[in-house]
Amino acid sequence: MRTVVTLAALVATVLPAFAEGAFQPPTAFPEGPFGEMVAKGEAIFTETGKNAPAYVGNGLSCRNCHLDRGRLADSAPMWAAFVLYPQYRAKNKSVNTFTQRLQDCFRFSMNGKAPEADSEVMVALQSYIYWLATGAPVGKKLPGQGYPVLPKPAQAPSPERGKLVFAADCALCHGADGQGTKAADGSYQFPPLWGPQSYNWGAGMHRVNTAAGFIKANMPFGRGGSLTDQDAWDVAAYIDSRPRPQDPRFTGDVAATREKYHNDTDYYGETVDGQVLGSKP
Amino acid sequence: MVRYLLAGTLALGTLAATVARADDSIGKRIFEEGSASGAPACAACHGADGAGSPDGQFPAIAGLDAHYLAKQIADFRSGHRVNETMEPIAQALTDAEVGAVTAHVAALPAPAAEGAGSKEGDAIATIGRWAVGVPACEACHGRNGIGSGAAFPALAGQKADYIVAQFAAWRAGTRHNDPLGLMKAVADRLSEADVAAVAAHFQAARR
Repeated sequence: MRTVVTLAALVATVLPAFAEGAFQPPTAFPEGPFGEMVAKGEAIFTETGKNAPAYVGNGLSCRNCHLDRGRLADSAPMWAAFVLYPQYRAKNKSVNTFTQRLQDCFRFSMNGKAPEADSEVMVALQSYIYWLATGAPVGKKLPGQGYPVLPKPAQAPSPERGKLVFAADCALCHGADGQGTKAADGSYQFPPLWGPQSYNWGAGMHRVNTAAGFIKANMPFGRGGSLTDQDAWDVAAYIDSRPRPQDPRFTGDVAATREKYHNDTDYYGETVDGQVLGSKP
Repeated sequence: MVRYLLAGTLALGTLAATVARADDSIGKRIFEEGSASGAPACAACHGADGAGSPDGQFPAIAGLDAHYLAKQIADFRSGHRVNETMEPIAQALTDAEVGAVTAHVAALPAPAAEGAGSKEGDAIATIGRWAVGVPACEACHGRNGIGSGAAFPALAGQKADYIVAQFAAWRAGTRHNDPLGLMKAVADRLSEADVAAVAAHFQAARR
């Protein structure tokens, strides 16, 4: 039945919107020392583990969640994020600078260590991102910013249904076990979605609504927009109800950590397949 | 004890090597001379080195992933991939022969790079054409088109004319055995000039 649905979706050839009229970041690197730093930033962005190994604790790179090297609308593009900081964030109930926001990416999404504010990794990344945002209006929420917010699904997101979506539409690249696929040189050709090499329980992507928006707009890779909203919600629920690295804010107690940092958009502290999620490091 | 284990391991290793050699001799014979059941030699069309025919009518197959090759043969056999030449050949080969010949072909040295790429082709291969939603070819087919697993074949050294013909077939719907319709989606969005550029890029790429 799933095959039929998939083929039907194919025939319909649902094309994503590609955010008509979206902001266009520049293409040619600037000249001189600043341009060199921008290029360094892009290299870190695209191959983070290789080019910033001290700060990365998993198999992911920035580009895995920010497609087209942080340029793609509806894929949390960097040019749209840069102009929205400093901002108040409910996540830590304080005003964060863009530096602090990037540090959070390393701590949570990369399951690593935050680069120091004046480290070369941070200078390079910020140079790259600042350059991408050339001409973007400061303080304005641009079309294509973040991931799309999906309407609430008709049926509550279901990991059980999501497992079927995963097998049909995701396993080809991410592996039947979601652990990604490696190239001959040992680097990840396709990123791991759960388990020790993926994002941890503090990353934005661990929230089902965030993952669903990303998936709907961008997956399967190269066929973004082709899943139904319900399939996107369900497969997000499946992926985000698998084990992953501990929340770095762990208080020593899963229930207390859940109470303090997690809410009804995620599975931290819930029991799935006989295991309390977040109970293993 | 360690010595026995070692001897055992060595014996097992030798046995495995013999099996592989035996298998390869079958695969090699099918590739060079054809099968007992009447399938002609692969080399007759795909070249003695498996690098394809110069006009690209017959693709380079040397060094492609064995599972990818076996899947294509299975699709030719079932008609899921339509090809007049390959259909009877795929039907003549037994499963064991397919296993042997795909292992042999996969172990052949990858075809040599040919011609020159362009800035446009390089950009599509390494960055993509995101303005129309097309990701980098290398994101799935591996760096320099070395291939990735059974689903994403190596492209480096592939005949440009063959690549162009496959794009036309995906676009027309006459080839439709790409997993998840991934190539159909790409073919629908790239212009013919883009396809020509990226095909030349991979023919000129080194694995």
